[in-house]
Amino acid sequence: MDFNEIIFEALSTLRVNKLRTFLAILGIVIGIGSVIALISLGQGSQAAVSSQIQALGANLLTISPGSQRGGFISGGAGSATTLTLDDANAIATSPSVSDVLNVSPEYSRRAQVTAGSKNTNTSIVGAQAVYAMVHKVSVAEGQFISDSDNARQAKVAVVGPTVVSDLFAANADPVGQSIRIQGQSFLVVGVTVSKGGAGFGNQDDTIYIPLSTAMNDIFGSTSLSSIAVEAANENVMNSVEDQVGYLLLDRHKISQVANADFTILSQNDILSTASSVTGTFTALLSGIAAISLIVGGIGIMNIMLVTVTERTREIGLRKALGAKKKDIIKQFLVEAIILTFAGGIFGMAVGVLISVVISKLVSIPFAISVGSVALAIGVSAAIGILFGWYPAKKASDLQPIEALRYE
Amino acid sequence: MISVSHVSKIYQTGDVEVKALDDVSFEIKKGEFVAIMGPSGSGKSTLMHIIGALDTPTSGTYVLDGENVEKLSDDELADIRNRKIGFIFQFFNLLPRTSALKNVELPMTYGGIDKVEREKIARKFLDMVGLSDRLGNAPNQLSGGQQQRVAIARSLVMNPSIILADEPTGNIATTQAEEIMAIFQKLNNEGHTIVMITHEPDIAEHAKRIIHILDGHIVKDGRDHRQRIIDRKPN
Repeated sequence: MDFNEIIFEALSTLRVNKLRTFLAILGIVIGIGSVIALISLGQGSQAAVSSQIQALGANLLTISPGSQRGGFISGGAGSATTLTLDDANAIATSPSVSDVLNVSPEYSRRAQVTAGSKNTNTSIVGAQAVYAMVHKVSVAEGQFISDSDNARQAKVAVVGPTVVSDLFAANADPVGQSIRIQGQSFLVVGVTVSKGGAGFGNQDDTIYIPLSTAMNDIFGSTSLSSIAVEAANENVMNSVEDQVGYLLLDRHKISQVANADFTILSQNDILSTASSVTGTFTALLSGIAAISLIVGGIGIMNIMLVTVTERTREIGLRKALGAKKKDIIKQFLVEAIILTFAGGIFGMAVGVLISVVISKLVSIPFAISVGSVALAIGVSAAIGILFGWYPAKKASDLQPIEALRYE
Repeated sequence: MISVSHVSKIYQTGDVEVKALDDVSFEIKKGEFVAIMGPSGSGKSTLMHIIGALDTPTSGTYVLDGENVEKLSDDELADIRNRKIGFIFQFFNLLPRTSALKNVELPMTYGGIDKVEREKIARKFLDMVGLSDRLGNAPNQLSGGQQQRVAIARSLVMNPSIILADEPTGNIATTQAEEIMAIFQKLNNEGHTIVMITHEPDIAEHAKRIIHILDGHIVKDGRDHRQRIIDRKPN
């Protein structure tokens, strides 16, 4: 009996009991489907997270104030008020720091903002002109905060698209309108381009004002909340980080690195942390999905064992008429593999469908790799062999006399 | 053709030894039509299993068509059954939901005969048993007699050395049983060797030689079947 015939015969046997065949396949469909969907969604969200982080500016070092230590009392991270404009200027001008393109001193805090009868609570960022370059902020309309705005301590603001929709009527042009921040009136001079994204680091829900205005007029602060340093390229990130770090330690008169009152975070650190988090999450969920795959495989084995018992007479007859062990094993193994293989194909389709729908709903890119498709097909065939082997072996070991006698 | 010498078969059930066959010897020559008779529990089924290469004896030798069968592996026995023995069972044992044609082809699929040839041979033998208009029918669309005729066609396709029939008429109507026996007579006249297990004397009378078996021993072997010393009650 050649292979085509074996497959044809297996298919016609499986057709006889359609409901049972369907239920046996269903377990594999669910297993493969959920593995594919979760791997695909995991890859999609990983891509989304890294593109969001890249969009915040590549080659970027962010210096934040650390916790301030005084005796036994330790404030929380960011509580220190040690980063100053002079620090930022020193980084930009010091001969001991090379390969730095831009230095952007920043001060940010949340505040209540009103425009007419509408109000919102949003993030206010005190920025210099260089901020737009460092953080890749583009303006859709009007212009960004300029150096002269900072010099004049001007009451001008550049708003993000989310702020626009929160504060202004639809279709209204916000440029030239005035808004009130902490009770003071600001003239809107620009609107930034939407960058999308949600939650962490959402640049659309932000108001930019001159740094000098933020520190002196609005919040009355002498220290910065962060300094962003743009390095010349990716390869010098580590050396720039070291140079900036030692410069600041020197300026703050701290001899031990462990006692530093600031932290330097590179974009890559954030990226690798974020992708390791999403990676772990994907692996965890895929692991859970893989368990359902095993359960599906056991379902196949169960069905095949029932089939073997039911067809004891048939097996006995086939052996009496000359079927060898390997003929019987082939017959039952092929049936099991067809079941799991069909389950694998359908499961893949279901998984892709689910991940397309979900990636549309939560607006992350749809990603499916050849690897995960190959994995699904390979795993389903392997499950067929693994869980089909025992029933097939059991069938082939039946003694023809016993099997013929079986009622 | 068939040479059974000093064959014993002992079943071990716990501590109890059951001697199903005890030192049985006989020969069957080519072209003979032999009936093996005996009540249930006499050992005739065990004897049939050994002749049919479905089982091996505990001791003794069995030579079928020049081949020693008593010490072969499962797969070697399967091969012997495929090439040398044509089985006919009491309950027909046709594959359900499978056409008469496919059922008759079944032994050939394990005998390595190609598809086109298989169908040709199967058609020929179904025609011989008078079922050329029932090729596509599944067993449940055939009468008992017709099913047994399909089984007879199936038993012939590999051109076996012997046809081994186990109670071939035990499960079909009397009129159809006569048709089956007529086919057996015809096959025997054409030179086929037939060994038939039965407990029905009327059926056994079609054979040229009757071997009576009781409690694992051959108690009578010969032509004269008017001397019925065997229990006639059906089992």
